[in-house]
Amino acid sequence: MDQAGDVRAIAVPVPLLPVVGGSRRARLFLGLAGCAVLLAAAAFASLALGTKPIALGTVLHALFHHDNSDDALIVRDLRLPRTVIGLAVGAALGLAGTLMQAVTRNPLADPGLLGVNMGASAAVVVGIAVLHLDPQTAQVWPALLGAGIAALLVHTLGGRGPRGTAPIRLALAGATVSAVLGALVSALTLSDRAAFQDFRFWSVGSLAGRSSAVLGQTGGFMAVGALIALPLAGSLNALALGEDTGRALGVHPGRVGALALVSVTLLCGGAVAAAGPIGFVGLAVPHAARQITGPDHRWLLPYTMLLAPTLLLAADVVGRLIAPPGEVDVGIVTALVGAPVFILLARRRRVRQV
Amino acid sequence: MRARISTAPAGSGRAARLRPVTVRIGAKRGRPGRSAISFRLSPRACLVIAALVAAGLVISALTLSTGSYHVPLSDVVRTVLGNGSTLDRFIITRLREPRLLTALAVGAALGAGGALFQSVSRNPLGSPDIIGFDTGAATGALVVITLIHGTAAQTAAGAVLGGLATAAAVYFLAMRHGVHGYRLILVGIGVGALLSAVNGYLLIRASENDAQSAALWLIGSLNGRGWDYVGPEALALAVLLPAAWWISRALGVLELGDDLSRGLGLRVEWLRGTALLVGVALAASATAAAGPVGFVALSAPQIARRLTATAGPNTLTSALAGAVLLAGSDLAAQRFPSGLPVGVVTAVLGGLYLAWLLSREWRKGRP
Repeated sequence: MDQAGDVRAIAVPVPLLPVVGGSRRARLFLGLAGCAVLLAAAAFASLALGTKPIALGTVLHALFHHDNSDDALIVRDLRLPRTVIGLAVGAALGLAGTLMQAVTRNPLADPGLLGVNMGASAAVVVGIAVLHLDPQTAQVWPALLGAGIAALLVHTLGGRGPRGTAPIRLALAGATVSAVLGALVSALTLSDRAAFQDFRFWSVGSLAGRSSAVLGQTGGFMAVGALIALPLAGSLNALALGEDTGRALGVHPGRVGALALVSVTLLCGGAVAAAGPIGFVGLAVPHAARQITGPDHRWLLPYTMLLAPTLLLAADVVGRLIAPPGEVDVGIVTALVGAPVFILLARRRRVRQV
Repeated sequence: MRARISTAPAGSGRAARLRPVTVRIGAKRGRPGRSAISFRLSPRACLVIAALVAAGLVISALTLSTGSYHVPLSDVVRTVLGNGSTLDRFIITRLREPRLLTALAVGAALGAGGALFQSVSRNPLGSPDIIGFDTGAATGALVVITLIHGTAAQTAAGAVLGGLATAAAVYFLAMRHGVHGYRLILVGIGVGALLSAVNGYLLIRASENDAQSAALWLIGSLNGRGWDYVGPEALALAVLLPAAWWISRALGVLELGDDLSRGLGLRVEWLRGTALLVGVALAASATAAAGPVGFVALSAPQIARRLTATAGPNTLTSALAGAVLLAGSDLAAQRFPSGLPVGVVTAVLGGLYLAWLLSREWRKGRP
């Protein structure tokens, strides 16, 4: 995207857009490599740890040679799909959160808080309870549809008015949409025992027992969403200076907003269809990444793409280990980790600014 | 003893005859500021209260007389006064009347509690259901239902305890150089999200039957509420509603800002703490009786504020609006073929109302 280049050519002397110097760039590349190493470590932990710990050498052997041993079966058929889905879902949620925070210019934006996940959930429940879809497979389209409708609703209700957007309005719009959809879900699941049973387990958000078929159904959508999101980085930087300045720098705010909405819908819809509604990854990770990169989205987006799956996989591994022989689902662990981050953010004085 | 009525300058009364007036009883000539008793009376508020009472009566009459077994209105009156047939007496005094009274009392408690909360946080979002009280109450109830397998009374007790603990946690987490409304709400949302993860965990660990009954409880329902629910709730209202009314005048001043209120001699932190305490107690009593019914506490004060066009907490009007809203929602819920829990109806009605409110403010361009 050339807009970023344009911004630098005008040399905007604003700390929001630091002129990238050689040493800083090297430092950020190094950091990115470090994040990749962290992610690889989390992925290997996810392959090796669990109810039955498997030595790292055995894991590596099993990955490349299928010898029908128990360990190889566990690694290849159970933990590998789970890890890959965790990677994809984590990256998707992190990207979606960053995009939402950038477009709404609201530090509290998150697919869970803003009702997008609830929209996807409600649509999935309607699919299970009314259309009698198979809860194991056919969740992609309802989830995408629901996520899209909810994102559009919340954006319209809480989005920027003539005088910009306030975190509280957006949170209010998200809470409203979530509450109404939650009531819909309750009404449907209370009258349908089988649907209630399916929904109860699906609604916490989990990576357990996902087969590679799930990835095949949802991975494409998440990939397209990411491909739409990544080139927006330069435009998002320009818009961070304000809508008018962004427009003067050649960015079309409406178009960027629409592309971001489509991308968020694809990312969240795909992630919810694959793993159920998982909150707070999209909220906490962009803030952590921003501590390293500053507000430049060209660095922020890749960093969140690596850090979010690291958090998700780590949370998943923790969930597998803390309550043997059972598991705590990853959605619960991420909320337990993410909610305190949210509270800390809310206690900070300058929460209104990204 | 003479009564004098003098017109006070009013803020927003559209028609001059609906402006608030100050009624003074026992005023002394030459000293207009000194009188034995004086109070402000807003004709518009009186009209609104009368209209809400009338709406409540209509809803009550409909609730008592219609249903799968129809009782003519004259028989309803006779039965309530104690002279009905055996069947009418069973259906009305054993089934419909306690449920109706519970709905009215719970609605009033939610409305008044919500009014206090919203006044303190100076934000329509500051109702107990948004700032985590309901989620905390749900956690308490879920612990009792799924881990202890307790009775209904124990569930109610667990809910009240959980709600109170959550409210205290939110209050202290939001405290930093005093409690500010905006931070109170955001911290409440965060704590609520944390607890709803805990709730999700408890729900998936529970057996199917426990989970089903817990889910029903979590929505808030008035199904099968008998006289044993009416008494405690009425008692709580009798204590808490006057307290709420008593502090609401000072709260109206507090809405003008902390500095001004201090200048006028109010003990700001004490007042805020008391208001939150009374509000939480009201919400807790309602939750104990009907479960965490959503959105009444959020929307009733907003409705009351728009009807009366008066600033301040509007405690009494909010209580009436809450009672009418909940009784009306329960009437609608009972008419659904499968018998919806009332919480679903209030969430849909309140949610749609709030969406309308947001879109209106969006058009006005308020932040």
